[in-house]
Amino acid sequence: MTDIHTEAGVRETTEGRVFTVTGGDWDEIVAAAAGRADDERIIVNMGPQHPSTHGVLRLILEIDGETVTEARCGIGYLHTGIEKNLEFRNWTQGTTFVTRMDYLTPLFNETAYCLAVEKLLGITDQIPDRASVIRVLMMELNRISSHLVCLATGGMEIGSTTLMIYGFRDREIILDIFELVTGLRMNHAYVRPGGLAQDLPSGAVDQIREGIKLLRSRMHEYDKLATDNPVFKARLVDVGHLDLAGCMALGVTGPILRSTGLPHDLRKSDPYCGYENYDFEVATADTCDSYGRFLIRLEEMRQSLRIVEQCLARLEPGPVMVADKKIAWPAQLAIGPDGMGNSLDHIRNIMGTSMEALIHHFKLVTEGFRVPAGQAYAAVESPKGELGVHAVSDGGTRPFRVHFRDPSFTNLQSMAAMCEGGQVADVIVAVAGIDPVMGGVDR
Amino acid sequence: MSGVNGGHGTNGSLPAPRGDNGAAGREEIIGVRRGMFGTRGSGDTSGFGRLVDPVVLPGGSPRPYGGWFDEVADELEGALEEQAEAGHGAGPADAIEKTVVDRGELTFHVRREHLLQVARTLRDDPALRFELCLGVSGVHYPGDQGRELHAVYPLRSLTHGRLIRVEVSAPDADPRIPSTVAVYPTNDWHEREAYDFFGIVFDGHPALTRIMMPDDWLGHPQRKDYPLGGIPVEYKGAQIPAPDQRRAYS
Repeated sequence: MTDIHTEAGVRETTEGRVFTVTGGDWDEIVAAAAGRADDERIIVNMGPQHPSTHGVLRLILEIDGETVTEARCGIGYLHTGIEKNLEFRNWTQGTTFVTRMDYLTPLFNETAYCLAVEKLLGITDQIPDRASVIRVLMMELNRISSHLVCLATGGMEIGSTTLMIYGFRDREIILDIFELVTGLRMNHAYVRPGGLAQDLPSGAVDQIREGIKLLRSRMHEYDKLATDNPVFKARLVDVGHLDLAGCMALGVTGPILRSTGLPHDLRKSDPYCGYENYDFEVATADTCDSYGRFLIRLEEMRQSLRIVEQCLARLEPGPVMVADKKIAWPAQLAIGPDGMGNSLDHIRNIMGTSMEALIHHFKLVTEGFRVPAGQAYAAVESPKGELGVHAVSDGGTRPFRVHFRDPSFTNLQSMAAMCEGGQVADVIVAVAGIDPVMGGVDR
Repeated sequence: MSGVNGGHGTNGSLPAPRGDNGAAGREEIIGVRRGMFGTRGSGDTSGFGRLVDPVVLPGGSPRPYGGWFDEVADELEGALEEQAEAGHGAGPADAIEKTVVDRGELTFHVRREHLLQVARTLRDDPALRFELCLGVSGVHYPGDQGRELHAVYPLRSLTHGRLIRVEVSAPDADPRIPSTVAVYPTNDWHEREAYDFFGIVFDGHPALTRIMMPDDWLGHPQRKDYPLGGIPVEYKGAQIPAPDQRRAYS
């Protein structure tokens, strides 16, 4: 009984006795705490600073021995008010904000936002083919990098550090491509309303080819390491069970929904960015558990590699921004002595030869374009599920309201359904299978 | 399409087009925009300072809506009509304020009293089957007198591969909207979010508490009358005002 004072701090509160646990043998702590409490019921606060909770997620677990009897989430620790901030910036600046929501899927956030703005503007049909192909290419690479982080952190949380090292090693290949194409490894602001910030730089296509060759050669390593590994399977199989009815009721989409056997994928059912022109399969499983979700993510990475290859084959020279000069950002970016910026030739041209071009440039950059009043909903299939954007315009140069329906937020609600009645250790696996990213959950 | 219309015709229960409804067709004015360049308190040298431009959201659309929109509207109105005739629930004219088709999207503006009935019908009717609710998005229109707070529900049907939107409004003085958690449990957190950010009270929600902001927070941050905040910062020798203090062009 006295041991508990060395292992854990104890203090009395109005809600009962509170133990602060930072380490040690869990069984002993539980036994000691249970012995001291009036009943067997213990409430455990896991997080918000626990390494297995994917950022600042707080799990509130009511446990009876090793069994979780009730589970709730506390969220909001990473709320940054991005939706509110968008209302004070112009429509183009919005991409710089939304890319920071779910920081593992920045290109999906940007694309979904831009699709909504383009729908409001009524220019969806005018987006150049090359821009759409590059959007698809970047999104599919992003899907692989997001799934790799999911596998890596999920592996680390159950003690498989090799899976973690492999995942982050391979993600680096994709981040290098992103850095070459957009200038940044994360938070790209690369997809803009009307098209893209800039075309692929020289050498990008070659590096993407090399990258996908390398990634393809390494895909089997995950199979060899995890797929048939009995320890890995023992931790994942039948854990985090959620069936189709549960998914529908809770609005769950993405790999969790597909692990029930329903091949619902917006890229097939409601195509955008020309996805109907690509040849790929929707991965499903029929196990409704974390292991099925793991297999789906592996297969989706393979399918994404296929799509990326098709994108490279479909790339035709052409513009990457709409022709409408009232919307297209007038920049022509180039690498200068102090980094990337407007090309000096372009500046010389607008400053030296055309007063109208200068005025136009100034107006479009400081004021932005106007978007006709109304509302639109655009959705993309992000690695986590349906990422929807509800954008409202009042006809001004700034969004009136932008709401992100982030799949992490909705999917995280299923945590209680997946974890209650299971073991404490399985909570970690179930949450890792949901793959919540708190930047997206809290926005 | 014709088959569906024909089916209704033989029953003699084809609902009256929404265009006959007084509310339909009326555009929604949510504000007035003055001037062009965001200047306040100085002389009007441009001549554009006296521009007055009402901000108008698209109003109700006349039939036909086009594509499968008519089919969904017919089915929904027919189902509501049947429920009204059977004596439980409101008919389409009472429940649906107006139907808007804009930018290729179908929106039903539903009176809040009848939201649950409409949601249940949309989910359960075999011809509708909107199984998946994609959350609740609150919108605050301070200029929309008597309808300041809107809750927007995108609904997706996996069975039929369709996407529609249901919109409900409530006045600021009485910000109450029935909770849809009983029909779409996914809206539990979404309604808490809309309550947290807009102060919309969802009647019947199992535990309507704040979700993002701390429990003891005052005010609802995403309402238009809630300031963004921020401080001026110095950049390359110049004082840059906080984002909400900068010139706005809209």
